[in-house]
Amino acid sequence: MLKFKLTSAKVNAALLLGTTLLLGACGGNTSEEATGGADLADNIQIDGSSTVYPITEAVAEEYRAEAPDVKVTVGVSGTGGGFKKFTRGEIDIVDASRQIKPSEDSLARANGIAYLELPVAYDGLTVVVHPQNNWVKDITTEELKKIWEPAAQGKIKRWNQIRPEWPDQEIHLYGPGVESGTYDYFTEAVVGESGASRGDYTASEDDNVLVQGVSTDPNALGFFGFAYYEENQNKLKLVPVDDLNDANGKGAVLPTLEAVKDGSYAPLSRPLYIYVNSKAANSPAVVDFVNFYLNNAGELSQEVGYIPLPAQLYQQQQEKFKQFAQTAGKK
Amino acid sequence: MAAALKCCSTLRVSEKIIEGLLWLSAVITILITGGIIWVLLSESISFFQIVPLSEFLTEKEWTPLFADKKFGIMPLVAGTFLTTAVAIAVALPLGLTIAVYLNEYAHARMKQVVKPLLEVLATIPTVVYGFFALTVVTPFLQTLIPSLAGFNALSAGIVMGIMIIPMISSLSEDAISSVPRALREAAYGMGSTRLQTAFGVMVPAASSGIVVSVILAISRAVGETMIVAIAAGQQPRLTLNPLVPIETITTYIVQVSLGDVPQGSLEYRTIFAAGITLFVFTFALNNLSFWIKKKYQEKYD
Repeated sequence: MLKFKLTSAKVNAALLLGTTLLLGACGGNTSEEATGGADLADNIQIDGSSTVYPITEAVAEEYRAEAPDVKVTVGVSGTGGGFKKFTRGEIDIVDASRQIKPSEDSLARANGIAYLELPVAYDGLTVVVHPQNNWVKDITTEELKKIWEPAAQGKIKRWNQIRPEWPDQEIHLYGPGVESGTYDYFTEAVVGESGASRGDYTASEDDNVLVQGVSTDPNALGFFGFAYYEENQNKLKLVPVDDLNDANGKGAVLPTLEAVKDGSYAPLSRPLYIYVNSKAANSPAVVDFVNFYLNNAGELSQEVGYIPLPAQLYQQQQEKFKQFAQTAGKK
Repeated sequence: MAAALKCCSTLRVSEKIIEGLLWLSAVITILITGGIIWVLLSESISFFQIVPLSEFLTEKEWTPLFADKKFGIMPLVAGTFLTTAVAIAVALPLGLTIAVYLNEYAHARMKQVVKPLLEVLATIPTVVYGFFALTVVTPFLQTLIPSLAGFNALSAGIVMGIMIIPMISSLSEDAISSVPRALREAAYGMGSTRLQTAFGVMVPAASSGIVVSVILAISRAVGETMIVAIAAGQQPRLTLNPLVPIETITTYIVQVSLGDVPQGSLEYRTIFAAGITLFVFTFALNNLSFWIKKKYQEKYD
């Protein structure tokens, strides 16, 4: 027989251990019940573009006043990263600063995900430099291409290599990373092929890192969505872009409201989108949120620094979404 | 089992069980280390089947995520080396001086107060250090060096040095205090001043321990992630200039792991290639410190 002396110390220890385990298990159960009870649909998952993020976040904040029980979480994985999650059905809505690619579309179909594309605003992609940079008065699309194309990797390292009047100093480049829609859009518009870019620059999907980088580096040049310039105007200097196309507005153009609306700020004007999952459109919370989004995107996008679509376009989107939600409900 | 219980005494069985459990916990740590090495090696081997080792070691650019893929690890190694060098340049003089001061000059009460406070430096979360480097140290340095970029190796290195001071100071102090009093008293007896005794006799006598502490601090600095990820930049470049944005091996691993690369792709395997490079460095440094300790430790018995 096992000689196990049942001293009081051992009894106490056993009781303590037992109660702790029991409480731990109980604690786990109660928290499970609490979340199990709440409707999963009252949790809206959004992820994707850091460019569209300010609009979606502003809408989510306003929406919290309307429907405080609905939890809206907005992530910033970049348009590419967001689409990866969206096509796997992991999120309800994806923020996108470019349209869905054919490869992403086929992935969505393969996973049985139907979606609706909704433009929500226009962006004038801005090129910025440090405020103390007094030699860059404007830049042409040809020069941008020269700086950012893959052939520039390791070769274009100084300002005077781009324009001889510029100083013989190092140029430090800051731009979005490969998961960013802004990256895809910029490379397509400026270099001519989506994804074709040099690799030796400070790359980050988080535009705030780029703002930090450009605003603290006198030799910097960077690009990102207009909202991030608008928010940090005192730390950055805007560079007007000349698309060398006189028919489209002569000379270098600044990304103002009018310039983006009438198309003279080219080629860096672009629409911003959200894509809604059809399965998510089954939930009344999501439908309500998207309607709220479309109703307020005009005002809020302007507040954060983007350019609103014309009012009838928002109306049309709402109609489109209404139909989409109805057919989605029948699936 | 019942037969065993009947024939052997219960004490021996429970002893064997406890011995077995202890053996298991020791073996588990070895197994985990082995497991990590195995994972690193297997993915790296498939990486090196596509990218030859010669290119990995000699190519001067690191752009695996972009269109024009270059797989040279040297820019990342240069970044790691730069931040580590700055960190040691800050930590070694300060750490050693603090160790000497605490040992040779300070009153016991002063020592009692200062030692725990030093340890606090080591317990500050590295993310706080990184944030401190970015928002306090860099703007301050920019007033001294106007051409300093916002992300640079200098401020990250300085803050990293501050973080590893406790490591150097406490290990060096242990080394110095283990030198027998006879040596110190002999030096005083010969008429040396405190300074001469401290730096002329005690430090050379304790040199093997001090060198070990420095090597361990270097290996800590090489593996440091958060400070450099926040403050040193994300631009791989082969340079020794501490005033520009660079990227260390650890920052690259963070950048790619937090992103969305497909599993099993070449870009995914670069994480393991970078990881194994890091592992090789820290492993070599740790072994070097063991070897030095063993070879040069003076026995004063």
